[in-house]
Amino acid sequence: MADRTFEVRRLPGMAAIAITCFVILYAPIVTLVVYSFNAGSSVALWEGLSLRWYAVAWDNVAVQEAAIRSLVVAASAAAIATVLATLAALGTTRTGPFPGRMTIYTLINQPLMVPEIVTAVALLIFFAMIKVATGYTGLAYLIAAHAAFCVPFAYLPIRARLEGMDLSLERAAADLYATPFATFRHITLPLMAPGIVAGAMLAFVISLDDVVITEFVKSAGQDTLPTYMLGQLRRAISPEVNAISTALLALTVLLLTAFFFLNRKRN
Amino acid sequence: MQAPAPTDTTSPLPAIEARRVTKIFGEGDDAFQALDAVSLSIRENEFFTLLGPSGCGKTTLLRLIAGFEQPSAGHILLEGKNISNLPPYKRPVNTVFQSYALFPHLTVAQNIAFGLQRLGKPKAEVADTVERMLRLVKMEHLKDRRTSNISGGQQQRVALARALAPRPRVLLLDEPLSALDLKLRKEMQIELKRLQGETGITFIFVTHDQEEALTMSDRIAVMSEGKVLQVGGPREIYDRPADRFVASFIGDTNFLPAQVISTAGPRARLAVCGVEISAALPEGVEGPALTMALRPEQLRLEAAGAAGALQGVLKDTVYFGTDTHFHITLTDGTPLIARVQNARTAEHAFRVGEPIGARPQADALQALHD
Ligand SMILES: Nc1ncnc2c1ncn2[C@@H]1O[C@H](COP(=O)(O)OP(=O)(O)OP(=O)(O)O)[C@@H](O)[C@H]1O
Ligand SMILES: [Mg+2]
Repeated sequence: MADRTFEVRRLPGMAAIAITCFVILYAPIVTLVVYSFNAGSSVALWEGLSLRWYAVAWDNVAVQEAAIRSLVVAASAAAIATVLATLAALGTTRTGPFPGRMTIYTLINQPLMVPEIVTAVALLIFFAMIKVATGYTGLAYLIAAHAAFCVPFAYLPIRARLEGMDLSLERAAADLYATPFATFRHITLPLMAPGIVAGAMLAFVISLDDVVITEFVKSAGQDTLPTYMLGQLRRAISPEVNAISTALLALTVLLLTAFFFLNRKRN
Repeated sequence: MQAPAPTDTTSPLPAIEARRVTKIFGEGDDAFQALDAVSLSIRENEFFTLLGPSGCGKTTLLRLIAGFEQPSAGHILLEGKNISNLPPYKRPVNTVFQSYALFPHLTVAQNIAFGLQRLGKPKAEVADTVERMLRLVKMEHLKDRRTSNISGGQQQRVALARALAPRPRVLLLDEPLSALDLKLRKEMQIELKRLQGETGITFIFVTHDQEEALTMSDRIAVMSEGKVLQVGGPREIYDRPADRFVASFIGDTNFLPAQVISTAGPRARLAVCGVEISAALPEGVEGPALTMALRPEQLRLEAAGAAGALQGVLKDTVYFGTDTHFHITLTDGTPLIARVQNARTAEHAFRVGEPIGARPQADALQALHD
């Protein structure tokens, strides 16, 4: 018998393949970040270190508006999605097995399975009908669309958290004279809070970088940061886009790191 | 508005009464009967134990008393009141869960305070009771720890204090000691008995450890496959098991076939393996063929051939530290085990493979219901 278990790490050439993969994955991102600090106006020619393009992006009114719009949409969509996802997670883990449970899982996770472009086209047509009928063209369409596709991302960590939670805790609370509401308020909610925060952050990040659905659903003048950048790329490529991307990247990394630490704390 | 409580102390209402309680899980082909018309009457301030093998329905019965499940048929009464349809949070019954189920986001003291706070007790009283409970279970020094950061035995004591703090009428304990090592287990057994004495609360204790049941209980109900087979004090259950299951589940037992020769009132003369022995016949047990239970420690070994002793051949001896087990095959082929304390058999004269006699003590043979 072998005296040690099989380990991928020991395969010949493993290190080389791994390094190649990491280089391919991260080289473009590193390049993007490096060139966001370029003093010149080319994205391919290095002319010295400067924060010039961050200043340009900061002073650009269109960027400012798109950034604020992105944050408003992401925050609203994440909030709505998190509330819905929390209710869905409670409904699917804190009730006995009921017929159609699998169907409900599938329905909740539908945005993960349906191609995004299909949802985008469907929403475009559907919202167009509502716009004609009501005349309203505000930001609510974007928020609603984002909230919808963010639900599964918020749902999964919350459900995982609830499933890992011993049902006997809630039983113990009921045994100690806690009404169903008091049990939820004092036991279930505090214990599932890390899952809710994680879900909200995930939903926020997902909403923040959405392009396809936003591009189809937005009305004129409703660019978010990603769709604004897409529009810029169609005209002239300037390191301003690099600067915005780097800022977005920093924000996302920050949120995902916080998400990771929250998740680790529960284990 | 209530009628004055009856002052008759000679026959108080039972703390908990189960009346023909049946519990069926599932439906149709999947239906499983976990409890079959269980009737029990548990007295005020009694240490009552439910004893039985895994899957016999002990936890199910506790869950019905606590209110986590509803009976499929029958009723649960608390001090004479039907509580079958009350939700758990309205029953003055608390549970020490097998897994402890301590709230991980609260401290030891907050866990103990939880029930009192839900009952809306004033702050000062809650603080007072929590202090008293902490002292009772000797956990004062850890009161501000999170419950995830204390040892298994400490968690168990917190679970106990948390369940005792609201002063329930009845405390349910579902195998609370099963996760502890032997030494801690013995300590906790003594502590539990002490707590029960000090608080005067009725304890319903679940275990599948017969020794634990015998040492701790005022009365024991032996269960098997959803039925209660016998209820009685430890001595009664051990000395006069009602049937073969109880006899074999509690302690080691020899089963011997017997023929009734003659009966005189409640007693009978029996032929057991060629030896004539007198024994009491419980009501409802009739011959001519019977099964008798005989505890291994109620036999005295002697040289083969004397009248009144069971005759056989010594097959094996097994040393157990405090005592030795003698495996004997009787003349009719029935296996028999005799247990003898080692102090007296330091150099016993019995050789494996040679004939031997085993004499039952007077009235050691118990006739069993089949
Ligand atoms: N919710 C349930 N649905 C279906 N069957 C159940 C359910 N709860 C218990 N049972 C069954 O009822 C029987 C009795 O279970 P119970 O938990 O009362 O056993 P127990 O005596 O406590 O056993 P143990 O000593 O292993 O804890 C078991 O066969 C079990 O499988
Ligand atoms: Mg059990």
